[in-house]
Amino acid sequence: MVEIQREHPAASDEAGRPDILAAVRKLIQPCIQCGTCTGSCPNEFAMDCTPRMLWRLVLRGEVDEIFNSRTFALCSSCYSCTLRCPRQLPVTEAMAALKQVAARLCPDRYRSSTAFSKTFMDSVRRHGRVNEMEFMFFYFVSRKNPLLPFRFSPMGLRLMRRGKVKMSLPGLGGNDVLAPLFRAVERLEGTP
Amino acid sequence: MRYFYYPGCSLEGTAREYDLSTRAFLGAVGVELVDLPDWTCCGATAAQGMSRLLALALPARNLALAEKTGGNLDILVPCSACYLNLRRAEDRIRSGGEAKREINEALSETGLHCDGRVRVRHLLDVLSRDLDAASLADRVTRPLHGMRIAPYYGCQCLRPYADFDDPEEPRTMEPLIRSTGAEIFPWTVGAHCCGASHMTTKPEIGIELVAGLLDAARGADAVVTVCPMCQMNLEAYQRKASSLRGSDLSATILYLPQLLGLALGLSRDEVRLDLNLAVGQAFRKTAA
Repeated sequence: MVEIQREHPAASDEAGRPDILAAVRKLIQPCIQCGTCTGSCPNEFAMDCTPRMLWRLVLRGEVDEIFNSRTFALCSSCYSCTLRCPRQLPVTEAMAALKQVAARLCPDRYRSSTAFSKTFMDSVRRHGRVNEMEFMFFYFVSRKNPLLPFRFSPMGLRLMRRGKVKMSLPGLGGNDVLAPLFRAVERLEGTP
Repeated sequence: MRYFYYPGCSLEGTAREYDLSTRAFLGAVGVELVDLPDWTCCGATAAQGMSRLLALALPARNLALAEKTGGNLDILVPCSACYLNLRRAEDRIRSGGEAKREINEALSETGLHCDGRVRVRHLLDVLSRDLDAASLADRVTRPLHGMRIAPYYGCQCLRPYADFDDPEEPRTMEPLIRSTGAEIFPWTVGAHCCGASHMTTKPEIGIELVAGLLDAARGADAVVTVCPMCQMNLEAYQRKASSLRGSDLSATILYLPQLLGLALGLSRDEVRLDLNLAVGQAFRKTAA
């Protein structure tokens, strides 16, 4: 089991501490456990707990089980479940909400997904647009796996031959066009 | 016909041929594109993994730019992920209320404001509803007779916003493909997921989805796509998918405007077939 620094373990909190699942629960509260989401999911074959079970865990406030599962990290945002949900719940959005909680509370547990999102957004913040080469460079650095780049190097070479990657030193240059927007969002959401 | 044009980051990098062939094809049929000045990233799917508000504010900035520029044009977006992000921001702002207020509070720090006056439209929406496939057929100079083309739609141009097609059984590419003289390759996975960024973060899972699609495409002369992520997943990992399945799954994968452009007589240089990662000899011989 992975130890999670949680702000609060269960659905209700008498001490009035922040409830980390509140936003997700609000989105899927009317779930009737029909399993249409599970039946529609293209990644369900690789999940340790089905989407239907995940929503039950959210409603029960089972924080440990939820964040020891990789189910929500395997959502590829295809929106099939959202389209088909008979209660018309924003199921894909609820998966994203769990990704956001995990990125804040236990980034190490989901390091491939959170490193991907974070290095991508860092590049966007720096340049206003993502620099694909820089993003992949910092993604490899953040994964701390020296062999990882080799998995991608044949494709990297094919892209370079076609002039599809901008060759520039990662982390340098950039403009500040989006910095005020990032800061405003952080202020409004109360995140660092 | 005039549109604002939002290419998005991929179309400046790994999907340059999507940008160049879209411009070439639309230019050939008389559509005028007005580049959106100073556009910035839509947030892709990465922003959603980090912050709910950032995932709305980043695309909203581009809508605000379009409103400020004026001209009352729709925004044409070729990338499905960009399209969904901009479309969602448009939707939330139009619904008004709390979402519109907080998006604009964030935007105000950059001196911008958005009222949701500009419509966001995917390239396939414009091609299938604003162009007339019959008149397209009249202009075909290099008919693709005998070719069987598999239309691949992917996810985010269809779902959750079913603006222009059936999100379960999409058909909008069919009249366009038929206008080139080609036939539709019958398959049932045109709206299935390609695995998206799983190919980078969880390749052992992504490759299963990619292999499933390539397997279903066996017998087609080409698969056409309308999304840089779908295109990359289908064209870049064919060797890996083939060794996973123990059979040859190589296939020709190209962007829809590349196929349409070729049929209209544009050269393979004009649609930048040289930038694709998977175009077979047979396809080159017949179509280009």
